[in-house]
Amino acid sequence: MQDERATALLSNTSLARRAWEIRRKAIRMGEVQGQGYVGQALGIADVLAVSYFHALHLRPHEPEWEGRDRFLLSIGHYAIALYAALIEAGILPEAELETYGTDDSRLPMSGMAAYTPGMEITGGSLGQGLGIGVGMALGLRAKGNPAFVYNLMSDGELGEGSTWEAAMSAAHHKLGNLICIVDFNDQQADGKSTEMLCAEPLQDKWAAFGWHVQRVDGNDIPALVRAFDAARALAEPRPRVIVCDTVMCKGVPFLESREITHFVRVEPDEWQQALAVLDAGRPD
Amino acid sequence: MTIAHHRYDPHRKWQPRPAPKPGEAARTSAMIASLAAEGYETVSAPFGQALVAEARRNDRIVGLTADLSKYTDLHVFAEAFPDRFHQMGMAEQVMISAAAGMAREGFVPFATTYAVFASRRAYDFIAMAIAEEYLPVKIVCALPGLTTGYGPSHQATEDLAIFRGLPNLTIVDPCDAIDVAEAVPAIAAHPGPVYMRLLRGKVPSVIRRHCPDYRFELGKARLLRDGSDALVIASGFMTMRALDAAVALERDGISVAVLHCPTIKPLDTETILAEAGKTGRLVVTAENHTRIGGLGEAVAATLLTHGVAPTFRMIGLPDQFLDAGALPTLHDRYGISTAAVAAQIRGWL
Repeated sequence: MQDERATALLSNTSLARRAWEIRRKAIRMGEVQGQGYVGQALGIADVLAVSYFHALHLRPHEPEWEGRDRFLLSIGHYAIALYAALIEAGILPEAELETYGTDDSRLPMSGMAAYTPGMEITGGSLGQGLGIGVGMALGLRAKGNPAFVYNLMSDGELGEGSTWEAAMSAAHHKLGNLICIVDFNDQQADGKSTEMLCAEPLQDKWAAFGWHVQRVDGNDIPALVRAFDAARALAEPRPRVIVCDTVMCKGVPFLESREITHFVRVEPDEWQQALAVLDAGRPD
Repeated sequence: MTIAHHRYDPHRKWQPRPAPKPGEAARTSAMIASLAAEGYETVSAPFGQALVAEARRNDRIVGLTADLSKYTDLHVFAEAFPDRFHQMGMAEQVMISAAAGMAREGFVPFATTYAVFASRRAYDFIAMAIAEEYLPVKIVCALPGLTTGYGPSHQATEDLAIFRGLPNLTIVDPCDAIDVAEAVPAIAAHPGPVYMRLLRGKVPSVIRRHCPDYRFELGKARLLRDGSDALVIASGFMTMRALDAAVALERDGISVAVLHCPTIKPLDTETILAEAGKTGRLVVTAENHTRIGGLGEAVAATLLTHGVAPTFRMIGLPDQFLDAGALPTLHDRYGISTAAVAAQIRGWL
């Protein structure tokens, strides 16, 4: 049984290379539309690489395999990043990248379950993913299914009251099969998250709600691997959260240094420049 | 233009209310008001009983509540199936989200709370996590419309208006214990999401006394009695009011037909058009809901769209936050008691 659940995605390709591929595909999708949440995609690429190519049990050609780990994208506007990961994982064909955000595409700009293989939920109305994750974790437990539920949420979603209803609920129901990943890039629509509605001290909050808490540099792949391994291996029947401090636009310094905004502005000629910067630093 | 009760009025705030007259029975504005005292036999917890029966046949059914199992009759299910019951606490948003998650994992969740909390507090979660995804979550809510004297915090006078605009959602407004009990297997079998208004506790058994072969059918309206002067199209317990008013008016030589329309959405437009299209009758809608956005407007739009233009009137709650008080008082005050329904119809003829 354990063998069958082994991830099909382990390979000799390094996680750094996977993250690089995710960044590259996100930039290419951004170029298709001339816009997109590429700042977030570049920032979360390392987390997605570790999720899809180290932690998650998946069958790329069977996206609804009952034994899969569920990965919920609560932040629907990060779809550009998840599509890149799903393409890299072989769940979506690479050719569809060119359809990003176009009419009748399976890759709409905000992620929706009915559109895209591998997109577990419709996110975007922020603060909903974790609660849905609670229900899926309850359901998996009732079925005796050992799969994990991962919920990827943003720091902005920490302001939604429903996030904390779900956090309290997950601990109350002892959902050891639920792992929440918080992308803490300290950026939301109107400015820095910590200046909009500050959620700090964040580890203390999650711990007080009954969660196992880790906080790591979300652009440090070895640290992420250790955190995901620890979250999966924990024996206690408690939900687990990994707060990932990430840098918007990571990997493309001229965008990183730009005045950071929720929706980073990229000029038409800069998409190719961004790809060139990435290509110059291609990992093995 | 006078708009009553819409704005804060400092003079109204402490306005004395008349004390009961000597000998007048003390009336209650209690939360747990019941429709039991309507002269009909009652059934205890028809929803809970029916859900247990259905859950014995269907092991995918689970129950969730937001701290209101005892007040939505879900405690009957919880006692029968403790492992399939999930107490989510006083947290409606996570209850709805979790119900969506369980539906994604193959379950058929019945989630219960009060209608005000589902419609007002959890709407976005119902819209995005359940309706947009066409998940088979059954949201079953007590205290619809004016069924509590507790005041606007608990009176869901606009729940149908809120939910009618939501694509994919089927909406059921049952009249009595038979409707509630027979709706349970019907909505469990329906592949999509459902919002059902719940009558709980001791629920009168009404329709079969007037129409012995009545059965609830999801999506179908049913003519319960025919009549030549007026046609009342009603849902929820207003069908009971319409039937009782029809009996009373019959004594005055007024002949009233009653069309029961327990599925608000999708509306059984075929039956409604067939009945309303019979010429020479006043057509009246009757609903336990504000006259804005509920059954009445749905019927009106149907008739007008199809060029059917009878004399048309609507019985329902006014566009106000309603008073606290005893239900019989309030039903009289807002025109949805049997006497008030009969008087309105008589006045329009």
